[in-house]
Amino acid sequence: MRIRPGLQLSALLIVFGAGCSAQPHGAARRELLAPRAAIVLPPLSGESERDRARHALDRLAFGPRPRDVETVAKEGVARWITRQLDPRSIADDTAEKGLSLLPTLSLPTSALYERYPDPRAVAAKAGLAKAGLTLKDPDGKEQVRSPERAEPQPQVRALVNPGELPRQILKELVAQKVYRAVVSERQLEEVLVDFWFNHFNVFAGKGDVRWLLTSYERDAIRPHVLGKFRDLLEATAAHPAMLFYLDNWTSTKDGLRRGGRTLGPNENYARELLELHTMGVDGGYTQNDVREVARCFTGWSFVRERRGRGPRGGEIGTFVFREAAHDRGEKTVLGTVIPAGGGIEDARRVLDLLAARPETARFLATKLCRRFLADDPPGAAVARVAEAFRRSGGDLSVTLRALVTSPEMWSDAARGAKTKTPFELAISATRALGASVSPYNAIPSWIEKMGAPLYGCQPPTGFADTASAWVNAGGLLARLNFGLALAGGRIAGVKADPGALAGTNGDALERLSRALLATPPSQATRDALAGSGEAREPDAVLIAGLLLGSPEFQRR
Amino acid sequence: MNRRYFLRSSGLALAAFGCGPIGAPGFLRRALAESPSPGRSGKVLVTLFLRGAADGLSLVAPTFESRYAALRPNLALKRAGQDGGVLPLEGGFGLHPALAALHPLYRDGSLAIVHAVGSPNPTRSHFDAQDFLESGTPGVKSTRDGWMNRALSASPGEPSAFRAVAFAPTLPRSLAGAAPAVALSSLSDFDLGAGPAGAGASASFESLYGGAVDAALKNAGTETFEALRTLRGKGIPSLPVANGAEYPASPLGRRLRGIAQLVRGDVGLEAAFTDASGWDTHAGQGAAQGQLANRLLDLGNALAAFAKDLGPRLADVCVVVMTEFGRTVRENGTRGTDHGHGSVLFVLGGSVAGGRVHGKWPGLSDADLFEGRDLAVTTDLRDVLAEVLARHLRISSPRIFPGHTAVRTGILS
Repeated sequence: MRIRPGLQLSALLIVFGAGCSAQPHGAARRELLAPRAAIVLPPLSGESERDRARHALDRLAFGPRPRDVETVAKEGVARWITRQLDPRSIADDTAEKGLSLLPTLSLPTSALYERYPDPRAVAAKAGLAKAGLTLKDPDGKEQVRSPERAEPQPQVRALVNPGELPRQILKELVAQKVYRAVVSERQLEEVLVDFWFNHFNVFAGKGDVRWLLTSYERDAIRPHVLGKFRDLLEATAAHPAMLFYLDNWTSTKDGLRRGGRTLGPNENYARELLELHTMGVDGGYTQNDVREVARCFTGWSFVRERRGRGPRGGEIGTFVFREAAHDRGEKTVLGTVIPAGGGIEDARRVLDLLAARPETARFLATKLCRRFLADDPPGAAVARVAEAFRRSGGDLSVTLRALVTSPEMWSDAARGAKTKTPFELAISATRALGASVSPYNAIPSWIEKMGAPLYGCQPPTGFADTASAWVNAGGLLARLNFGLALAGGRIAGVKADPGALAGTNGDALERLSRALLATPPSQATRDALAGSGEAREPDAVLIAGLLLGSPEFQRR
Repeated sequence: MNRRYFLRSSGLALAAFGCGPIGAPGFLRRALAESPSPGRSGKVLVTLFLRGAADGLSLVAPTFESRYAALRPNLALKRAGQDGGVLPLEGGFGLHPALAALHPLYRDGSLAIVHAVGSPNPTRSHFDAQDFLESGTPGVKSTRDGWMNRALSASPGEPSAFRAVAFAPTLPRSLAGAAPAVALSSLSDFDLGAGPAGAGASASFESLYGGAVDAALKNAGTETFEALRTLRGKGIPSLPVANGAEYPASPLGRRLRGIAQLVRGDVGLEAAFTDASGWDTHAGQGAAQGQLANRLLDLGNALAAFAKDLGPRLADVCVVVMTEFGRTVRENGTRGTDHGHGSVLFVLGGSVAGGRVHGKWPGLSDADLFEGRDLAVTTDLRDVLAEVLARHLRISSPRIFPGHTAVRTGILS
């Protein structure tokens, strides 16, 4: 059983809290954690350390805030990256303070089920369903994509405090994702949590996932993003959110009789495990492998409420291996025989096999290079990263080091080569303006308008990480409007002051362009913006809005 | 893919000289905006997705089945002619009385019904079934794009910023893919900037994107500003309702009205998508009146208003109304129905073989039911969709429904 981050944090505060407030990432904490070798970057070739700092902040962070480029250049890009690779060495007081306002983040799943119950269950207990009254699900259960969010009807509303509806859990989770990405000093960790969550995507709108999602990101994804891939893989495989999302929790051996029904294996998870999580669609496995993997995973389930009869077999929302549902026979996966009677270990053998496959190394390296280098990443870089993954036994920290020290990362071709996803665009714009944000703000609804609702990707593929998915008319208009609204102070919970960035004397466009785009404005940009203020000069708010919506700002 | 056609290029050239279609001389503006492009069919496909699994046995009730009333003591609709009874359809079927607004359309041949329709995949998960229906690949979860987008990709079509439009907060799976598609919540929201700054910002953005180095961004910019110009120039958002049609003041009413505005505004719309929720009636479903009846009243009135609004243009528009699966034949313990299998769909407009209930009726005896509890599927939904694509939009390609050989249903003449 892993310690929850909330507990870890408080333990750290108890140990280090008193003496270290002036130097929170001081010597005591550093000694406790294994020292990490400093990384060495390829020598500069024509560009300045500042240019590199800017690029590093665009790629390994969610973009620079005002003065970040200078700070990182002064520290040295290599040193900054070395620290980012060891996130717990970085103090993160602002983020932690803000997150403390979101109580669900540190609660165990069982407490979330208990404190934020399904209103339909509450109504049923109160006898409303029996009375034949109409019940709507205020969370639109399994219908998050539906356009109109149903509101609780008066009878239900009287029973459930709106702040205790299950949707509060998702609201806080969404808030923490945006808040962390904007304010956390552990930027690379946030980038990686976003990346790996998307790799092991689950959808908040499918049934029970809304109670399981908080723990999924916190306990299955976050602790492993710089750890061993094998651990990350099992953490997701065994997590109730994944077990529910891809139906493995109902998967049983063929012909199991339960309550007059005949059950059997469900291949959903097995297929995605091979296709999306490890080997890739062209990984060379067969339909027979899918079936055999599904057999290995029979019985991997979780404890769930059963229609008012309470949970069975343990604490609600926790993993359980249901021996009786497990197929005890011999299986053959990718040519390897898994002997009969292995029980829960069958699936672990499968995960061992998959994590060690060269196809997996290659597939993951390609995805990482696509995130950090280019939509169509250079083959040499992919091969180098795959090799680092393989040789380190799937150590994600070592793998990432190979990636960030590769010459392709720092080549001219890499700079500005990626189109920002909606999430990246919204966060980088907020950071670039140096805006102050409340934990609850309206940024998530803008990200949804741009086409990427947080935790709202329904298919297991996750959101695409290539420009073609994000560059279209409707999405672009949302981006332009977002920039204007952000600079104009029209986004609730976000305070931006473009005037302060522009300064009071001198050329506002010059200063804002340098601050937001890291370059002085071209004549074309000057001409383009000159017409926007009608008769008068455009003010800092409008200039900032236009620059945030400009083609250059859509790239990183 | 090069979608830069002459018409568009000339519009851009004008825009670059500061006299886009809005500021262009009248004759030029008309030429740019209204000249019928060579080959444009003007045909439009509209799909309306009822999310949550609508109860096909209530929408179009088999009142002739002796077991129907017995299996649904609280939910069965009365026979035609009785108080609160169904409206008569072919073969003894009955239309739910709350859908009365659609009955005249059925009788005049503009509306057809297909019963016992659905997916070959047996899943009873809303999530999976909606996904399969939208991807067009039942049982295959890794499909990234949707069937509507693949259809558009298979046909070069005419360049238009509004060729594919979803009235939905985000681009639905059906329209995801390589062909450009716009998702919008409402036509009046599809605008740039709030307040007086908006117009100036629009011009600045257009010239910034005109000079964009990245080709994809430049193209998206072009499409966006063309779309904006089209909407503003033609006054689409303020186009009044025609023929005295009255849309319900509901999300569905507003969305169908927006689609009708795009059709009547001749903006080059070829495929539109929208959805409506609230069909997951596990408890207190109601019969002639009640929860489901209220949803159906909205559905019927919105569709009837859409048909009236379009008038003769309805011949160019084919609307397919579908849901992810049907509901259990037996009512459950809470006077509702649970997730089932086969359901019903409507096709409105176009050259539909209307006034008929298509499909093979599987029956309601225990032996006829799917897994002993649900209406069986006798028509693969993809057969209907493929036929609408082929006969209405003139698009057919094996890529649209990979691995599926479509069978003719006769729903379109």
